[in-house]
Order: sequence, then structure tokens, then C-alpha cells
Amino acid sequence: MPSLKELRARIGSVKSTRKITSAMKMVAASKLRRAQARAEASRPYAEAMQRMLAALARSSAGGPNASRLLAGTGQDRVHLVIPVTSDRGLAGGFNANIGRTTRNLVRRLQGEGKTVKILPVGRKGADYLEREFKGAVIDRIPGSAGKDVAFSAAEELGLRVTAMLERGEFDVATLVFNRFNNVMSQTPVEQQLVPLSLPANDDLPDAATKGGAIYEFEPDEETILARLLPRNLSIQIYSAMLESAAGEQGARMTAMDSATRNAGKAIDRLTLNYNRTRQANITRELIEIISGADAV
Amino acid sequence: MPIDVEIVSPEKRLLARSVDMVVVPGSEGDLAAMPEHAPMIVMLRGGVVSLHEGSQVTDRFFVAGGFAEITGERCTILADEATPLERLSRADGETRLRDAEAAYDAADKSDITSLEPLLERIQSARAQVEAASV
Repeated sequence: MPSLKELRARIGSVKSTRKITSAMKMVAASKLRRAQARAEASRPYAEAMQRMLAALARSSAGGPNASRLLAGTGQDRVHLVIPVTSDRGLAGGFNANIGRTTRNLVRRLQGEGKTVKILPVGRKGADYLEREFKGAVIDRIPGSAGKDVAFSAAEELGLRVTAMLERGEFDVATLVFNRFNNVMSQTPVEQQLVPLSLPANDDLPDAATKGGAIYEFEPDEETILARLLPRNLSIQIYSAMLESAAGEQGARMTAMDSATRNAGKAIDRLTLNYNRTRQANITRELIEIISGADAV
Repeated sequence: MPIDVEIVSPEKRLLARSVDMVVVPGSEGDLAAMPEHAPMIVMLRGGVVSLHEGSQVTDRFFVAGGFAEITGERCTILADEATPLERLSRADGETRLRDAEAAYDAADKSDITSLEPLLERIQSARAQVEAASV
């Protein structure tokens, strides 16, 4: 049985832990709102780009000199995997889920005899994957460190991936990131970036394009496509980063909420324990006094 | 009958308005989008987007490049950034022009495909200087 002094110290320490977790929860909640607003704000551009790509794909499907970004290299030997994680922990299973999904994906590809290169975004994923797959991690890209995700960061990565593809350093690129479902749940998803999978016409949200408006292009389709595809790659990376950033804050908020609740429970339990011990001590002292008085 | 204009950047929607006509700097020349325009996808060069209401130009924005999607009802401009002309800085444009020219001078002239984007950068920077001096 711990002494009263020990119990008091324990209660004190759990209380200060609870203060920290509940403060972190508040911070995550406000960052989440920001992150969601930014994700919302990026949507019009991404949607317009999807519409244009779909229109282009319809009119120039399968051209002989289609860009590598669209058609791939025609091979399936070297895979580039880009997992997006956060820089900080304490976000529940957020980073572990990406780690596991990436590990399974890489294992499967390696099992099929393919070469895998990993280009992790965010410190947590990079640390884990460097331990797990020595030598496969070609570089590490810093995450947003809890700040707003800048498009320039995504663009830089996009250009780098494009350049790597031009040099023939990989055949297929896959992005692994947490899709933001809601505050409580994020699901790790794999999204193929290269070769690009275009949305089928019926999946498009916009009714205007479904009507099959025939677009004119200026200059020609190929020139536009050559310009649009690298742009689209950056946009896809950007929206994955945004989803991941919102998901990180959501996951942290949930994790810190349950940590706060658990701390509260622990405090209740310890307090109960403390009071029982205190009463037992008083009773014991009383018994001692009474039996002492009897003896006199 | 108005046409809806939207200028969007990857990070946010910069402008959404209804106007009578919008003139965009297409890569092969300026073009005006009015209601009932044939659907069109245009690549943009660096230049000025101007919004017209009646016979008045109400707003002018400089875009450094991008794309525009024009349909009968709307005109969506995908730009990296759009700066209102009155806030455009000439000095900034000149810096960009110097950088672009330096990049062009340093580039390998035998590789024609890599020169094209550099030339476009110079054109876009020149357009910025020009637009800012008016």
C-alpha cells in the first residue's frame, strides 16, 4: 500500500499531465479548423483541373507520344512510394497506420520482385521506414511541422518526382496518406500518381462536363497536356498533404481527448485510494489510542 | 446576361464575380469570354486579365501564367497568383526579369525543349514590368 505522501504526489503528477493533454487538445482543435479551411479553399482549383484533364483525356486519349506522367514508362519494375506522415507524434495511430500500410505495400512489391524506392514526407514516417527498410529510403522531405501546408512545398516535390520520372528512375509512383473522413477517423489510402489514373466520366461531380461539352483547345491538346500534367501532380500531392495535415490534427485531438479522459479516471481512482488510506490511518490511530487507554 | 468569372490559385479562390465580359491573355493572343462562348480550354501567358461591366473595365489583374476554362456560363482561370494591377510592383517584375534572363543565359541552348519554359518566364516577367508601368 503506497503511503499518503506518494499518493498525493501521484495525483499531482496525473493532474499536470491532464492539463497538458487538454491544452494540446484545444490547440489541435483550433489547428484543425484552420487545416480544414485550407483544404476547403484548395478544392475549386483541384476540381477545375480535374474537369480540364477529363476533357483533354476524352479528346486525345492514348496519343502515341503521350506524356510519361500519363502513360507511365511502359514498365512496372521500379516503384516509388511516397508516404505522407506528420513531424510530431502524440496523434494516436495516425503515423503508425501510414507506417503499417506502407510496410505492407513495400513488402508486397518486393515480394513480386520489384525494386522499391521510398521518399517519405514528414519526420515520423521517415524515422520508422529508415529503420524498417534500410537503403530503400532515398531521401526525406520535411513535413509541415504543424504549420500551414504551403503549395510551394508540394510543387517542389511534384517537380522532383517529374524530374525523376524523366530520368527513368522509377516506373510507378504511389502516394500513401491519411484520408480525412471526419475528426474521429482517418483512413490510410494508396493513390497512384504515375501513370495517372483519370476519373471515369460518370464519376465527375459536375453536370456540365457530363453533358459532354466538346472543348476547343488553344494551343493544341498536347501542349496543354504537357503543361497540365506536372501541375496536376503537384496538386494531387498538395491535396494529399492538406488532408494529412487536417487528419493529423483530428487524430491528435481525439487522442488527447481520450488521454484527458483517462487522466480524469486515474485521478478519481487515485483519490479514492487516497481517501481510503487516509481513513484507514485514522481508524488505526483511533484503535491504537483506545487500546492504549484501555491498557492504562 | 452575365458570365461568372472565377480566379483560383492552388491555395484559395481569389475572386468569384459575375461580369459582362472578361478578357484573358491566351498563349496565342488575348481573347474575350462572353456568355454563350464556345467551350474552350486555353493556356495563358503572363498578362492582364480584365473584367468588363458594360463598357467599363472594372478590375484588372496580372497573372503570371496558368490555364483558363471557358464555357457558355463561366470562365475559370487557374493561376498561381493574381495581383490587382494597382498593387503590382514594377521592381518585383524587374527582379523576376533579371532572374529569368540569367536562367536563360545559363541554360543549355542545344536543348530546345528546356528553353521554352525559360522563354515563357522572360515573357511573363516582361509582361509584369509592362503592366506595372502603365
